[in-house]
Amino acid sequence: MTKETLVPVLGIVTDVRVDTPDVKTFRVNAVDGGKCFEHMPGQCAMLSIPGVGEAMFSITSSPTNKEFMEFSIKKCGCLTNWLHQMDVGQMITVRGPYGNAFPVEEDLKGQDLLFIAGGIGLAPLRSVINYVRANRENYGKVRIVYGSRTKEDLVDYPEIVNEWCQEAGIEVFLTIDQAQEGWDGHVGFVPAYVTELGFDPHGRVLVCGPPIMIKFTTQALLEMGFDKTQIYTTMELRMKCGVGKCGRCNIGDQYVCKDGPVFRFDQLGELPAEY
Amino acid sequence: MRKFAADQLTKIISSISTPVYAPVEDGSMVVYDRYEDGMTLRLDKVGTDKTPKDILFPQWENLMHFRMEGKTIQLTEEERAKEDYVIFGVRACDIQAIKVLDRVFLADPIDTYYAARREHGTIVGLACGEPAKSCFCKNFGVDPAKPDADVVLWPAGDCWYCEAYTDKGRALMESWPTEAADEAAVETIKAEIAVKYDALPFAKLNLNGFDGDHLMEKFDSPKWKKLSMPCLGCGSCTFACPTCQCYDIRDYDTGNGIQRYRCWDSCMYSDFTLMAHGTNRPTQVERYRQRFMHKLVYFPSRNDGMYSCVGCGRCIEKCPMNLNIVKVIKALGEGDSND
Ligand code: SF4
Ligand code: SF4
Ligand code: FES
Repeated sequence: MTKETLVPVLGIVTDVRVDTPDVKTFRVNAVDGGKCFEHMPGQCAMLSIPGVGEAMFSITSSPTNKEFMEFSIKKCGCLTNWLHQMDVGQMITVRGPYGNAFPVEEDLKGQDLLFIAGGIGLAPLRSVINYVRANRENYGKVRIVYGSRTKEDLVDYPEIVNEWCQEAGIEVFLTIDQAQEGWDGHVGFVPAYVTELGFDPHGRVLVCGPPIMIKFTTQALLEMGFDKTQIYTTMELRMKCGVGKCGRCNIGDQYVCKDGPVFRFDQLGELPAEY
Repeated sequence: MRKFAADQLTKIISSISTPVYAPVEDGSMVVYDRYEDGMTLRLDKVGTDKTPKDILFPQWENLMHFRMEGKTIQLTEEERAKEDYVIFGVRACDIQAIKVLDRVFLADPIDTYYAARREHGTIVGLACGEPAKSCFCKNFGVDPAKPDADVVLWPAGDCWYCEAYTDKGRALMESWPTEAADEAAVETIKAEIAVKYDALPFAKLNLNGFDGDHLMEKFDSPKWKKLSMPCLGCGSCTFACPTCQCYDIRDYDTGNGIQRYRCWDSCMYSDFTLMAHGTNRPTQVERYRQRFMHKLVYFPSRNDGMYSCVGCGRCIEKCPMNLNIVKVIKALGEGDSND
């Protein structure tokens, strides 16, 4: 962890990958090589360009990647616009890791895993998926349902198709919102696709995406017989400090930056729906 | 127990070798500021306009500086406080407020900017002689007659009684021209304060049900709407409050780089939780609820029952719309039907 609260370390952008029309993935290294710090899947980091802003992003890469960290960032405001203009060699500030992580070494261990993501919501789950791939013997079957608006909006399509889809024990189900030329896969929203696929209510489910998608997907899962204790998601609220002190990101008595961002659905149900 | 004559007070303050922050007049306000000879000390003022929070967690402070050149960044941290100082004349409620701030800033991971200041300070507490009508500190376990400080002063007209309770306090008091005093005299003063306090209008509020176990019930109360209706979202209550600690982190261009600083913020402001796709507290009802739920329910739920209100009464005095936490406690309290 960056040693001082609020004080970042410097990172350097060593690769920029254009994933979709509005998502780029940045590879970040410490200035003298290696990673800025270690993390667990689901944790986040504060990235900043001094003078432009600072914001929280989930760490997309898996901790099993020993060389660098990756952040998939969607362009949606002042800081992210600036980040999208960055070239290789640009320095940024990084602090973290913040928050809890998906319980990859506890509750998820030995389980069949169902990942459900919408759009940029794949970013935090990609870290878990690649962690599970790197420790394959510790987990059961892996199924991934991933949807986006168009086929161009699927984040890092090459990795999905060339790696995930080729691996034994992993099933990938892709969908896009509307029919499109050059797409012969499934068409339709994620929650409906999940219902259509119909999953046995065992193992653990990790859901991440826009709030509305999370809501309907969870409903679908509960109808299938899944229990709230089997379902995890991550929350996103405005953040400044990342350490439960600036008072900005609470849901009830929980700070998303510190107690989250990963919540199990039964835990979330005990909190005010103020998110 | 020791005592010194009333006319020794300013001499004692002036003789302290470190900077001393004390309640002094600043225009029409009483604020905690660096004391210098000639200033008007206002140890008599209950509910100072600004609070000792200003010293530990200033309204704005520099955190670090960046030099940007082409694609490179150079970072220089702001130095942490390293000079000893004294805060002189802090009331019991405001000391409790510092303990609330400690819970936040000294919790892991420690805020080193705050921690350094906290460590270098010695606090001289001041027992309350005359409470204000708006005081309700005892509801939160604060004893106005016995501040929890390094040194405590009791006013007794022609003299001040004083006692050191910590090593820091004993070191500070060492050079004061005090004489031995009768413990019983202070007990009498304490008893008098208790009597005056118990006669106050908000002396006994019912806090039953303000805890984590009743979180959803309190959150879902239909009363928030009516309670918050007059609120302008001006943030005065949060800025006057000795326990409010929400902050923002901002950058500005100094012409010679970027200065990153932090400054107080307020959960009462509409943009406090605003994100690119909207806010989770869209109206003043949610913001108002957040402020009081935090103080009365969320904070105690996470801090062994400690409330993040100390009953100082400042929000009662400062709100332009006459809103305050007492109204909330009365409206949402258990077995209380008046809203
Ligand atoms: S909420 Fe009001 S009474 Fe309570 S500590 Fe803050 S200003 Fe004082
Ligand atoms: S001082 Fe009064 S009007 Fe202003 S934000 Fe606080 S409660 Fe609302
Ligand atoms: S970001 Fe400051 S409390 Fe969570």
